[in-house]
Amino acid sequence: MKTYDAIVVGAGHNGLTTAAFLARAGLDVVCVEKNDYIGGAAVSRQLYKDWWYSNCSYVCSLLRPEIYRALELHRHGLQVTPYGGSLTFMQNGDYFGSYHDHEVAYREMARFSRRDADAYKTYSADTMRQCRFIRDFLLRTAPDPASFKPKDLRGLMDIGRRFLEMGEDRMYETIRFWTMSVAEYLDEYFETDVIKAAMSGSGIIGTALGIHSPGTAYVLLHHKMGDVDGNVGTWGFARGGMGAVSKSIAGAFQAAGGELRTEAGCDKIIVKNGKVTGVGLENGEEIRARVVVSAMDVKRTFLNCMDRSDLPEKFYRRVENFKIRGSSGKLNIALDGLPTFPAIPKGSTLLHSDMHFIDSMERMERAYDDWKAGTWSKDPYVDMLIPTLNDPTMAPPGKHFMSCFVQYCPHKLEGRDWTEEDKQAFANTVIDQIANYSPDFKDLILHMEVRTPADIEAEIGITEGNIFHGELTMDQLLFNRPVPGYAQYRSPVAGLYLCGSSTHPGGGVMAAPGANAAREILLDLKRPNTVPDNFGDD
Amino acid sequence: MTDKDKVPSGRDEVPLARDKVPLARDKVPLARDKVPQGRLQTPFYPKLKRVDTLDKWHEWKGYTAADALYCEDMEYFAIRNATAVFDLTPMTKYRITGPDACDYLDRLVTRDMHKVAPGRVAYAVWCDDQGQVIDDGTIFHLRDGEYRLCSQERHLAWLEASAIGFDVTIRHETEEVAALAVQGPTSFSVLDKLGLDGLGDLKPFGLTHFDFEGAELMISRTGFTGDLGYELWIEPAKAEALWDALFEAGKLHGIRAIGTNALEMARIEAGFMAAYHEFLPADETVRTGRSRSPLELGLDWLVDFKKPNFNGRRALAEERRRGSAWRLVKLDIEGNKPAHNAYIFAKPKNNKSEIGFITSAHWSPVCKQNIALGTVRMPHGKPGDTVWVEIYYQREMHWNRMMAAAKVVDKPFWFPKRRSATPPGPY
Repeated sequence: MKTYDAIVVGAGHNGLTTAAFLARAGLDVVCVEKNDYIGGAAVSRQLYKDWWYSNCSYVCSLLRPEIYRALELHRHGLQVTPYGGSLTFMQNGDYFGSYHDHEVAYREMARFSRRDADAYKTYSADTMRQCRFIRDFLLRTAPDPASFKPKDLRGLMDIGRRFLEMGEDRMYETIRFWTMSVAEYLDEYFETDVIKAAMSGSGIIGTALGIHSPGTAYVLLHHKMGDVDGNVGTWGFARGGMGAVSKSIAGAFQAAGGELRTEAGCDKIIVKNGKVTGVGLENGEEIRARVVVSAMDVKRTFLNCMDRSDLPEKFYRRVENFKIRGSSGKLNIALDGLPTFPAIPKGSTLLHSDMHFIDSMERMERAYDDWKAGTWSKDPYVDMLIPTLNDPTMAPPGKHFMSCFVQYCPHKLEGRDWTEEDKQAFANTVIDQIANYSPDFKDLILHMEVRTPADIEAEIGITEGNIFHGELTMDQLLFNRPVPGYAQYRSPVAGLYLCGSSTHPGGGVMAAPGANAAREILLDLKRPNTVPDNFGDD
Repeated sequence: MTDKDKVPSGRDEVPLARDKVPLARDKVPLARDKVPQGRLQTPFYPKLKRVDTLDKWHEWKGYTAADALYCEDMEYFAIRNATAVFDLTPMTKYRITGPDACDYLDRLVTRDMHKVAPGRVAYAVWCDDQGQVIDDGTIFHLRDGEYRLCSQERHLAWLEASAIGFDVTIRHETEEVAALAVQGPTSFSVLDKLGLDGLGDLKPFGLTHFDFEGAELMISRTGFTGDLGYELWIEPAKAEALWDALFEAGKLHGIRAIGTNALEMARIEAGFMAAYHEFLPADETVRTGRSRSPLELGLDWLVDFKKPNFNGRRALAEERRRGSAWRLVKLDIEGNKPAHNAYIFAKPKNNKSEIGFITSAHWSPVCKQNIALGTVRMPHGKPGDTVWVEIYYQREMHWNRMMAAAKVVDKPFWFPKRRSATPPGPY
């Protein structure tokens, strides 16, 4: 029986990234995927006629440019194009837009408050300072504060040095920032409700927290620290949908000699004498390897695919306690034409932006209240985009694909499973909200895919359908992600590694966990490193 | 307190002489967003457009502003040789009123505002709590208790935050005031011809009010050129009439409209600092150490430690005790190659001795000197010191490099007697 150098479990963007870098180091790597398609949550699926849906993740900014370049993803078909600003519809018929052009953005804010418009540059600088701090650590393994290895000490000293460099005042600000709520953070700069509401969305996307929950300011950062071609904070579309990201990484993997197997779900990670020996597939087949890398989330890896007896008790309990709560759903809609939004001026770039329907902080928090009560938000925070305005490849000419990310949406409804009727009611909530601002929207719907966290879990495999593989709060970041002492992609079992978004630096189509994991594995195997260094902002 | 008025588009509020000047943007389909998508136009735009032959414009705080109108060099010499007219409408302006206006400003800026009487103008700088410069600008004491603050950047958020506890009203009034700088040796003669009685008695940093066609015309003896000159402030509706009257009066005095590039040359000769060149507004800096304190900018004379508390006082007192990290220097550089973007060294042959960099530079036609402003680490750059500037320049594709000796000078490069003579001469 053949023994591979490494098996990567899960062909999402992180799994493929690890696989590609390992293969490039000359290892014999196989990547196994339970579905009959690759991509995990970075996927384009043809679910209706000639429409391609980015049916999980839908926009791209966090994907590390270092990885993009090192794996030559452009040669494997990836193209990321930036899209225009964002827009919030208001209940009074007005809207608040944000534009790429600084002056136009300024005027728009000044339409509501001159003070807020002036405060924006300070808000921006303060937020960018935090971004710069964290961006440097994305393509690095988080140093362990309890370790006395030279590598960890160097890493800690580096964090300490960069922290001290900020100066007294900004050090205080930084500590506050990491623990405060997005609402408190925005309150320090802005007075206009709609402006705060528009900006607060980034603090809760994918997170089972409300805008007033501590820690959500960091989540805001997680949505601001990406870039498209160096424009930090800008978001873009992958041409052909998010599947193009996974496909291109798979292309790089296969070009390096890697083997990809679909419909090969992992049933069990096999451990003998405290050392991993391979993977048992759902079809009964066994694949052997010296190294197994799980791109699955930490709970699925250790709670579903391993024997409890193979793991330390405390570690097991920590994995059980890892917060990975389903909080968002998705509607993917094929449209017969472009819906009209009377509030948006004709010819405005705002139509190309991400659109939202919640215009106050009160409504943002109320949306969370519904989730806490165990149901979906009756007035949800929707992040809606029409990528086909930019991308001619995702729908027939004149037709459109609309992606609606919906927050909040629980994994279980008041403790019970979702029924078809529940799903329809959930979908109707969203459709009605959009239809309030677009009279012809309902008539244009040709097909719709409704995805609750439970659906995402069933299909993609992410526990509770949490898009980040675990919440991005301070207790689950850096050396705490996913479990203290095991935050460097290694596990208590020799030869078993993690490379998914449950690891540092967390979720989003970033590919950084995958790359960082590959670097650590190559280090352990004493192979030359193939993973690129951070470009650096300075 | 907040001015929640919608931002007026220059287009809607300012009558444009459409029949005379075809505007390029008239041919473009209208952007229908609620805010204008293109640059705004000042009330003087039709006038500038008429004398413009180069079509070189840039954005200045949302407005379109000319780089140059017909010839950069001739525009520069209008400042130093005759009268130059510069549209400074886009400059940020605030009206500050209320019983506590003086106390408020005194708390805001580093200098003693109680010494600034009505009818006087004060150059001022204001800091954050770390004593780092947010901006500099001029404060016009228009009437008793009524002030106009002109700044390089927009600061309503900061101004309002600093106003807590004071009975003041702060209103952004950039769009409500049209303003022209009238600068140069013959500028007094030009204005005198407008029949402005008593203007001759106006001292530098003084201001006075006149009637112009039923509107109030405020004239201050201020400017950004370091020469004899005035700034004229009027309601936008009278802007074009004022322009016409001015150019009629200046016909025989060499009056010319100028763009920003010429003014920039004069600004460096006068040794004035500009935001984003000599300093970065502290509230916009991301990296630590990229902002500057007034002491580091050579503005010690503007910081009054004898007055009560003001923003940044404690940090500045501490800095004065411990010493500053940086010094802004004026450099007289040998040779004639402008030292754009150059590094400054302590020694000519030691690349490790880098002590700072040039922030603004050009060849001064009026001083016949190769001048620059730069920022160097303390204790380097004392007046009289010699430092070395590494200049790169290109000649027919090839790059050359030279180390030029530069003398640190104390006084502005250009400071003619006429700048402060009262009454000014006729020239």
